[in-house]
Amino acid sequence: MIYAVAILAPLAGALVSGLSGRVIGDRAAQAVSIFVMVLAAVCGSIAFFSLANSDMEPAFVSLGSWVDVGTFHADWDLRYDTLSAAMVAMVTFVSTLIHIYSVGYMGHDKYPKYRFFAYLNLFTFAMLMLVTADNLLQLFFGWEGVGLASYLLIGYWYDRPAACAAAIKAFLVNRIADVFFAVGIALTFVKFGTIEFNSIFAAVPQHVADTYAIFGGSYPALEVIAFLLFIGAMGKSAQIGLHVWLPDAMEGPTPVSALIHAATMVTAGVFLMARMSPVMEFAPTALAFVTFIGATTALFAATVGCVQNDIKRVIAYSTCSQLGYMFAAAGVGAYQVSMYHLITHAFFKALLFLGAGSVIHAMSDEQDMRRMGGLAKYAPWTCALMWIGNLALAGIPPLAGSWSKDAIISATYAAGSGVGTYAFFCTVAAAFLTAFYSWRLLFMTFHGRSNADPHALEHAHESPFVMVGPLLVLAVGAIFAGWLLNNWFIGEGSAEFWRGSIYNLPGKDILARLEQVPTLVEYLPLGMAIAGIALAYLFYIANPRLPVRLADSYAGIYRFLLNKWYFDELYNAILVRPAMRLAAFLWHTGDARLIDGMPNGLAALAAGSSRETVKLQTGSIAVYAFTMLIGVVALVSVFLVFR
Amino acid sequence: MTELGFPLLSLVTFLPLVGCVILMTIRGDEATVATNAKWAALWTSLIVFAVSLVLWFRFDQREAGFQFVESVSWLPEYGIGYRMGVDGISVLFILLATALTPICILASWDSITTRVREFMLSFLILETMMVGMFSALDFVVFYMFFEGVLIPMFLIIGVWGHVRRVYAAIKFFLYTLTGSVLMLLALLAMRSYAGTTDIPTLMKTSFPVAMQTWLFFAFFASFAVKVPMWPVHTWLPDAHVEAPTAGSVILAGVLLKMGAYGFLRFSVPMLPEASAHFAPFIYSLSVIAIIYTSLVALAQDNMKKLIAYSSVAHMGMVTIGIFSFNIQGIQGALFQMLSHGIVAGALFLCVGVVYDRMHTLEINRYGGLANRMPGYALVFMLFTMASVGLPGTSGFVGEFLVITGAVQVNFWLALLAATTMVLGAAYMLYLYRRIIFGSLTRADLRAILDLSPREYAVFMPLIVLTLWMGIYPSAFTHFFDASVEAMVSHHAAAMAHQVQLAGVPAR
Repeated sequence: MIYAVAILAPLAGALVSGLSGRVIGDRAAQAVSIFVMVLAAVCGSIAFFSLANSDMEPAFVSLGSWVDVGTFHADWDLRYDTLSAAMVAMVTFVSTLIHIYSVGYMGHDKYPKYRFFAYLNLFTFAMLMLVTADNLLQLFFGWEGVGLASYLLIGYWYDRPAACAAAIKAFLVNRIADVFFAVGIALTFVKFGTIEFNSIFAAVPQHVADTYAIFGGSYPALEVIAFLLFIGAMGKSAQIGLHVWLPDAMEGPTPVSALIHAATMVTAGVFLMARMSPVMEFAPTALAFVTFIGATTALFAATVGCVQNDIKRVIAYSTCSQLGYMFAAAGVGAYQVSMYHLITHAFFKALLFLGAGSVIHAMSDEQDMRRMGGLAKYAPWTCALMWIGNLALAGIPPLAGSWSKDAIISATYAAGSGVGTYAFFCTVAAAFLTAFYSWRLLFMTFHGRSNADPHALEHAHESPFVMVGPLLVLAVGAIFAGWLLNNWFIGEGSAEFWRGSIYNLPGKDILARLEQVPTLVEYLPLGMAIAGIALAYLFYIANPRLPVRLADSYAGIYRFLLNKWYFDELYNAILVRPAMRLAAFLWHTGDARLIDGMPNGLAALAAGSSRETVKLQTGSIAVYAFTMLIGVVALVSVFLVFR
Repeated sequence: MTELGFPLLSLVTFLPLVGCVILMTIRGDEATVATNAKWAALWTSLIVFAVSLVLWFRFDQREAGFQFVESVSWLPEYGIGYRMGVDGISVLFILLATALTPICILASWDSITTRVREFMLSFLILETMMVGMFSALDFVVFYMFFEGVLIPMFLIIGVWGHVRRVYAAIKFFLYTLTGSVLMLLALLAMRSYAGTTDIPTLMKTSFPVAMQTWLFFAFFASFAVKVPMWPVHTWLPDAHVEAPTAGSVILAGVLLKMGAYGFLRFSVPMLPEASAHFAPFIYSLSVIAIIYTSLVALAQDNMKKLIAYSSVAHMGMVTIGIFSFNIQGIQGALFQMLSHGIVAGALFLCVGVVYDRMHTLEINRYGGLANRMPGYALVFMLFTMASVGLPGTSGFVGEFLVITGAVQVNFWLALLAATTMVLGAAYMLYLYRRIIFGSLTRADLRAILDLSPREYAVFMPLIVLTLWMGIYPSAFTHFFDASVEAMVSHHAAAMAHQVQLAGVPAR
């Protein structure tokens, strides 16, 4: 079936280019990788559109059984419903463009390139397995698979210590979240007796009253499960507290940042919320927590993004912030809206990252925006495309972001709950900051006076067509995706489009209420965005000394933001360093001195006392006779005393 | 005699000894003896493996009881007989032992240069002991093989080991022997109570609860050292560091499974009340093992020591699974044992590859090998990921099933056990980074060679098994389905019986 081809082709590509890359050479390996991706994208798109334009019921492609132990079953199945098919189409499409772009971007790399393309293929396969999973365990397979690919690709330049450290950090932070995710899956099995989606969803109403005892109290089982799954999602989607790996992940090559850390992998958490919506809907406390974390992340990451100087880090924090938006929407029950933003975001964020990559490529690997400026005349195409991406991100109509982001803000308002109101204020404030940091990036990079290294400027050039071409395609998506998908994802056709793959409680008609928000709320994000752009213009074009003065007079706040709220320092102080010290202590004191001390001490005692005993045997008859005499005296006196 | 008409298990058990006799008859100068001994040992172990494959194909997976049973009268007046047989729990361990032995022989092809014939003899004798131990159906026979394993292993570490080999060998021997002495007492007590040492009979005998407690601790003393559980694990890092590569592989691959196998064969089915009563004690020790030894592994600067400590942590998962007394937990434990046997063995082989080239186990002496050894980097990465428990490799299935089993017991047990996912990733990735990644700075590493065809041949079966077990684990779990189910229901019945007794009001 065509759907299976879309998912398995990247695996075949990864195997061929990865295992035989050294034999067939880089060019052939690249050709194989790109060919399978084009094939996957074509098949994925056909599968998606044929599902969207028909009234087919959700179907499965069965690939075989996986784990089968007692009543615990998990099969290798490909789920074919709207939610999965939409993700498949998006992932294969964006991934294909990024594969093509990489041919140009990695062109001058010193390593053999087959490895890079094999990793990209492998990543795409794992991501597709994740989104097409039909049970939680297969989803976890994809979940960990993308984690592995992310680890390999962040650490792609393995001779750079920073890249290796970032790769390990990404893997470990994700794994911390995965512990909770795994226990959540196990608990789902215990409560539902199955981890297969349809059976879970069908059984949810019977388990609403179930409780589970932890922390000395008993809580609704569905809430516990929803919390555990969401903590897993927080790790993968870099939500506040577990976000620390994402900025560091920018050590990887830029196409990787675009594919994994913007468009696809980091959105897996949002996808999980939508996929598990039939369970989440029955866990109102967990949902409120989702909104709270999402809204907080949206604002937090935006504040940090405003002061970063590394062009990729600005976009990374922007991603973090936009993911927060998606969770905020999911938490108020508007999963459709969060999926809508997920898809539009994939276009414009991939565009921004690849654009940034094009800048970095043009500037001979310079990433610090303070050493850029005025690049518009060297890279006009890149500049124009980055403008499009930022317009979409900031939510200027009629570009994609304005449709989906405004819908999120409206949804938080329409939710009417306390946490919804909190999310509304956070997301509106973040909208202002988003526009500000986006234009700060544009102005510092492309406009104003050039601060670039003259050497770098000499070689500054527009990127080759193989890189600009994918940017053009993504730009088309960034312009039109919102308008095109609106009806399907959240408009009147949405019920018919999703066909039950996303569940809302019967009473929660949040999609219907999106249209009924006051006009002020509707236009507030746009006003915020324009204000943010104006402020950026003031700071970085009209009066460039202003931000410096501001940073000096509010040095405390500035340093707090520049150091990303000191999360890394905090974790180092309370987790990493104590763990390493504890490790050394357990080894040297626990194992070597205490545990080994006992048997070694016993051995020493036995050896020592026998040495002493040996000394008694002097061979002198006088000593023996004297000892015997003392013995006899002692015995006789004991006998006499105790008679 | 058996349904096959010939004593298959005895054949697999004693065939290596036939190989030993052949090895003894080799004559000639030293080089000739060495070459011929290697080939003879390899062929013997391959033939043994081929014969043992009959178990894979002819084992009836629906049958919960013992199969391929052989019974010969031996000391009838004491209730002792020579009885062999396998059930779902033991059958795959025999295959593990027979599969790893030829791999070990092949791995020592170039690295063992002194007393080659004696080394090969030790390995073949070890194979006999291992297979015999897993197929024994009489406690006395089991005990003899269980102890017999010590002797060849002691020699392998003590003669062909590294600098501190004698210390490590004696430590290994004393630790494991001390525990076993108590098991001998338990054996005698059980025989005098039940009048026989027939394991299937003992499994059906219900021992008084007070007696069970003492028996449990006697068994525990013996098996906990073998597993090894915290805090009696410190013999293992020393033994691993000093043992030659093949010794480490077989030690991690098969010998560590003996303790857990003992728990499954004796403690859980024969002493259900005591096992249930002391399960929290086992959980505590296991959780400590997972967290404590993982942290200690993080601090290591010796490759083998690091992997040795990781073994202790992984076996902690196994003991949690066994004492969860449910199907997922026990099957997870069994699967984790098999998987660890392959993955930890393969990791020791990975260490052996660079040790053979550079003759050092210090992690800091390496770095940047990805540059010169891409094939090695790939193989090492695969087994690193399997050790970390990445889905799609064998490591994941066991780990996840144990977590599923544990969560049925207690939420916190599951969560603490699951920390192995983080800690395991931490020490393994840190190890991998220091050896494979980074830039190649040391001059003597520049000329290092990638895997040779012989080394690929050593790794290939392990790679296939790791992926096979990860992608289609049912091929393996179906072997123990029936037996584990029987064990779990036997345990549940015993517990229900006890509750019933407790419910009777005391007069």
